[in-house]
Amino acid sequence: MSNNKVSRRQFLSYTLTGVGGFMAAGMLMPMVRFAIDPVLQKSEGGDFVLTEKKIADITEIPERVDFTFEQVDAWYKSDITNAAWVYKEGDQVIALSPVCKHLGCTVNWEGDPAHKNQFFCPCHAGRYEKNGQNVPKTPPLGPLDQFEIRENDGFLEIGKAIPNTLV
Amino acid sequence: MLNKIYDWVDERLDITPIWRDIADHEVPEHVNPAHHFSAFVYCFGGLTFFITVIQILSGMFLTMYYVPDIENAWESVFYLQNEVAFGEIVRGMHHWGASLVIVMMFLHTLRVFFTGSYKKPRELNWMVGVLIFAVMLGLGFTGYLLPWDMKALFATKVGIEIAASVPFIGGMIKTLLAGDEHIIGAQTLTRFFAIHVFFLPAALFGLLAAHFIMIRRQGISGPL
Repeated sequence: MSNNKVSRRQFLSYTLTGVGGFMAAGMLMPMVRFAIDPVLQKSEGGDFVLTEKKIADITEIPERVDFTFEQVDAWYKSDITNAAWVYKEGDQVIALSPVCKHLGCTVNWEGDPAHKNQFFCPCHAGRYEKNGQNVPKTPPLGPLDQFEIRENDGFLEIGKAIPNTLV
Repeated sequence: MLNKIYDWVDERLDITPIWRDIADHEVPEHVNPAHHFSAFVYCFGGLTFFITVIQILSGMFLTMYYVPDIENAWESVFYLQNEVAFGEIVRGMHHWGASLVIVMMFLHTLRVFFTGSYKKPRELNWMVGVLIFAVMLGLGFTGYLLPWDMKALFATKVGIEIAASVPFIGGMIKTLLAGDEHIIGAQTLTRFFAIHVFFLPAALFGLLAAHFIMIRRQGISGPL
């Protein structure tokens, strides 16, 4: 390297490539960062949403509880209604997400008459036990998500979905 | 590494003559600013193209967030400018670049005019250049409406009234541009968006290709 002289042509081509690359990067960097912004946006911690379900009314049979919240989707705000399957296990209230872990359809409690005491997904016949555990040999590969819950003045509040803690 | 990839492709497809044809040509002394500094005026055309490339790129990225709808257009522009990282920069590039491209194009036109480069055998290239000028002004006019703020709306009302003052067919031109006989609204915005991002750019690419093929075919005009 030390006794290899850099020719004028090499010097020019290196400096021009360098400067050109620097300019191109300066042009493209803001645009690429602009485009990938959704990936880098921090998701806000889910707020708890008040439902109309009294804690005292919850039974051991899973029941569908709808809850509505305002969703901010970039420049568009709208009211979104989601659902949870809510039941009591002893004194503990459990709220399971109805979103099938196979491909995201909505599961129903005892949706298939042939399988009592199970959640059933109508799209590809995925099944889950009451605690959300997916039944082997059906399409889903994991258990149903669970919602964080808390009580507010006797009513149920539902928070964000977390991985199932029961199975 | 890069050399090896290049050689591998070149061995199969013989691409060297293709890029040589495009890139490897001599710059005559009278247009080289290294020889005569005043020759920088010959850079205006290339600079116009450079800014056009920036316009195309920044415009492509802006459409990731922009919505051409009267309910959401302004909101989406506000969002992409104030909430998205570098939104102000990317929108700024498109906004200021739009003016700059007109300025550079005008300087390029002046250079071609005062060096007499439009004369035989380059008349056709001058005509194509004039068409490019018109397309660029059209891009500026249609793009101005897209943020859907007060300035955009009233500038477009004025622009469409100017078009409507054409004898005999003015009324039809107005309806054609606005999408409605009386309203400057929902249909105007979607039309202008379609014209701005599909129709005029397509015309521009064709004309630019013709412009560049002709200049390579005929070479740069001789010294004054």
